[in-house]
Amino acid sequence: MKILPPVSIEARRLLPSRWDLLAAMLVLAFIIAFADVSRSLVQPLSTITSHDLSLDQALLPGYALRTALRMLIAMGVSLIFTLSYATWAAKNARAANLLVPLLDILQSVPILGFLSVTAVWFLSLSPGRVFGAELACVFAIFTSQAWNMAFSFYQSLRTVPEDLTEAGRMLGLSAWARFWRIEAPYATPPLIWNMMVSMAGGWFFVTVSEAISVGKTNIALPGIGSWIAVAIEQRNIPAILEAILAMLVVILVYDQILFRPLLAWADRFQIGDDQDDDPPQSWVLTMLRRSSLIDWMTAPFDQMMRWSYRWHPPHFGLRGATREHDSRIADITWYVVLGVLGLYAAFEVYSFARATLSWHELLLTVGLGFLTMARVVVLIILASLVWTPIGVYVGLRPRLTRIVQPVAQFLAAFPNNLLFPLAVSLIVAWKLNVNIWLSPLLVLGPQWYILFNVVAGARTMPRELLDVGDNFGVRGLLWWKRVALPAIFPHYLTGAITASGGAWNASVLAEVANWGKTTLHADGLGAYITDATVSGNFPHVVLGMAVMAFFVVVVNRLFWQPLYWLAERKYRLV
Amino acid sequence: MTSLLEVQNVRRSFPRGGGEELLVLDDVNLTLKEGEIVGLLGRSGSGKSTLLRLIAGLARPQGGTLTYMGAPIEGPAQGVAMVFQGFALFPWMTVLENVQLGLEALGLPEAEIRSRALAAIDLIGLDGYESAYPRELSGGMRQRVGFARAVVVHPNILLMDEPFSALDVLTAENLRTDLIELWGNGKLPIKGIMLVTHNIEEAVLMCDRVLLFSSSPAKITADIAIHLPQPRDRTSPQFEDYVDKIYVEMTAKRVERMRQQVGAAAIEMPLSHVSPNQISGLIEALSAAPYNGKADLPDIAYEQELEVDELFPVAEAMQLLRLAEVEGGDIKLTHMGKRFADGELNERKEIFSRALQSHVPLAAHIRKVLDERKSHSAPKTRFLDELEDHMPEDAAEETLKTVVSWARFGELFSYDDDAAAFSLENPT
Repeated sequence: MKILPPVSIEARRLLPSRWDLLAAMLVLAFIIAFADVSRSLVQPLSTITSHDLSLDQALLPGYALRTALRMLIAMGVSLIFTLSYATWAAKNARAANLLVPLLDILQSVPILGFLSVTAVWFLSLSPGRVFGAELACVFAIFTSQAWNMAFSFYQSLRTVPEDLTEAGRMLGLSAWARFWRIEAPYATPPLIWNMMVSMAGGWFFVTVSEAISVGKTNIALPGIGSWIAVAIEQRNIPAILEAILAMLVVILVYDQILFRPLLAWADRFQIGDDQDDDPPQSWVLTMLRRSSLIDWMTAPFDQMMRWSYRWHPPHFGLRGATREHDSRIADITWYVVLGVLGLYAAFEVYSFARATLSWHELLLTVGLGFLTMARVVVLIILASLVWTPIGVYVGLRPRLTRIVQPVAQFLAAFPNNLLFPLAVSLIVAWKLNVNIWLSPLLVLGPQWYILFNVVAGARTMPRELLDVGDNFGVRGLLWWKRVALPAIFPHYLTGAITASGGAWNASVLAEVANWGKTTLHADGLGAYITDATVSGNFPHVVLGMAVMAFFVVVVNRLFWQPLYWLAERKYRLV
Repeated sequence: MTSLLEVQNVRRSFPRGGGEELLVLDDVNLTLKEGEIVGLLGRSGSGKSTLLRLIAGLARPQGGTLTYMGAPIEGPAQGVAMVFQGFALFPWMTVLENVQLGLEALGLPEAEIRSRALAAIDLIGLDGYESAYPRELSGGMRQRVGFARAVVVHPNILLMDEPFSALDVLTAENLRTDLIELWGNGKLPIKGIMLVTHNIEEAVLMCDRVLLFSSSPAKITADIAIHLPQPRDRTSPQFEDYVDKIYVEMTAKRVERMRQQVGAAAIEMPLSHVSPNQISGLIEALSAAPYNGKADLPDIAYEQELEVDELFPVAEAMQLLRLAEVEGGDIKLTHMGKRFADGELNERKEIFSRALQSHVPLAAHIRKVLDERKSHSAPKTRFLDELEDHMPEDAAEETLKTVVSWARFGELFSYDDDAAAFSLENPT
């Protein structure tokens, strides 16, 4: 199963349309609105600061549980978002015009940016209480999970095989029944894969989103993330190791009781006759299936769903007939509403920018953007040079693959900011150049995407093609050039695109690294956003986020997209 | 004539779970002489392709020796080229680049690579397609590229692994005749050809000698020389004689084995997967005119558009259920078989169910266990474990799957795949 590239690569067109601009305006205006509110709300909160958080081992299991629950709630919210947003976009062409570019922009905005501009607003919902902070944290995790899930679901809904849909129509299923009995099942397996990727991404940000520090506000919600933040502040290495252990346990538990069963269960929705030699298994699912208690508990729900399928709203039946007629009026209304919204958003952005930002600042951030981009490019190249040969070597050896693949997936999920302290100490000890030596931190996590995509690519190389190479004595450099590299190219590309997106996102964390009282600071757009967040300078946060999103989208459109379509066209193995 | 290739006492097995070994090739001997086309004929999965991979040096035998032009084969040898069943073309290379690959690997000068590749493309009839990508070509043209790629390196031995089986009937025939014509004119820079196939007519049409393979483990059971001049005529009586002879040869061996199995029918008899639909289909065809209950196996196979290895398991299953008798090259419906053919669906189900209970010990066994249990249900593993004591894991899975599909048709018992459990109750 492959990970989807970002929307701007799938979009198949190069130049931004007016929809992209509208989407960008709306996102910006939304962020600005938050930032505006935040500015007026910044005030010290005295409830739960990092000083109260105790690094007592007995508390760690409880912390782990709370973190795990936050991630679960965020996953639930992401799922609801996915089901509604993606379905709306897939079912309604008018809405899709706006919703898809919107998703693209949201996917490109650095996740930490969301946290800094929304945290204060969430806190203000219940002043002085933990509830608001919890909401902010869950929201931040949500922003790291939701977009690719929604996009995967949208893509699946768009590609439901025609004959299935037609069979549904012939059988007289209502739109509601078609959705639950045909479309949603079809879209489920890829959605679950993307949920797993999202969960891994969520771990990276959980460590920052629990310990929120915006301006003068310092909050540490009880959880593994805050534990780590405090441990770093106190230079407490044993505590960090304990946190890693706790995190490992939570990841394993999630894998066993949530994702394994889901994968094994969703195997039945896999379309196609090619039976997998090795269908996913799960002891939890087997247990659930064999237990009559579960049957008994889910029966009423099943019954309710079956009842709901019988409900034919009159509207659906008539829709086909009236569509022609009402479409013009609805079109006009829709465009007028969007036009007004877009104008308002543009006005908001304009007045915000005029009041708080200068051309000088914009130039500065763009310059910093290029600096961060240089870092990302160089490091992705380096990571590719290292991991591509290794990935091919591993992927061609099934026994090795079985060991390496889960490890690589775990490493991708592993919040690598835990390794930052190590980097900081080394840089300080050897008096290294901060601008160069902080950079590797960008790809610590993202590099694994390259590895496991290349492994997957090499693993799925057809036996016969490898035989051809052997039979005709194709070896050495010729083999890499003609056989191996082209064969894994599409997979490598997906890995590299994901990794590059991840590296941009990580720059917000990696360009400023702390270890106790020592703070190392590299020049770059990520550091700019971090600094602005710490000092509570919201206009600068917004500007940084906008510039970074702009960079990501432009790089996707101009660089990755042509390569991606070349790979799809020329290098796809059938 | 000098021999290009010698295979002596070759044995090959694959490791299975639990330290077991699956023997695929057992004591295989053969030679390929200069100027010969030798066919390896047998059911799919009988280990023919494995043998071909050993000859190509793509895999190593556990025992025995393979000798190519006097030297032992210890890896891919220069001068042995292969044509693959699935074409195996690189989608990112044009026709020309695909053909050139083998020459590049030889490290020849640029100009020679180009001229030889173009010559091969010309020879195989791909002129004008040099810059096309494989995906732009039809199946037949793709396989021509496969041939050109093999021929261009001027191999001494050309190995062909079911090269026509992925093509439609007309295209395949077209390609076969072209190949035989080139070979007959001495235009191919090749000394000997080894062809793997499961199609009897194809073997008789193309080969000078046909080696029959029995399956699991594969052994060569007969070596039949085809003394017919090329080009051969499929409709000539001599041609049909050869086809019949091979049919009888292949069925005789199998029928004998089936006899032994049915005689000693036990719970642990492996069953290959045949659906009740296939059985009904063949029974109906048999009972209808012109066969009226009795048919020549090659005839009915041809009429039903079945390959040998598709027909045999069905005939086997019918024999096991005593719905038909296989004798020599003939298949004949039994009394029960005729009643089945005449019956309505419900009567068919009943006949099937009774046949299962009396002739398929595993089905009877499962039914008995279900009857005896208070819950009238039993987990799949209960029977799978039992079977796995006597056969490899996937054979056990297949046997159980077959029994399930038969029992579903006969309504003898039911099976719930989610719960992986057998039961007597039919879902309401």
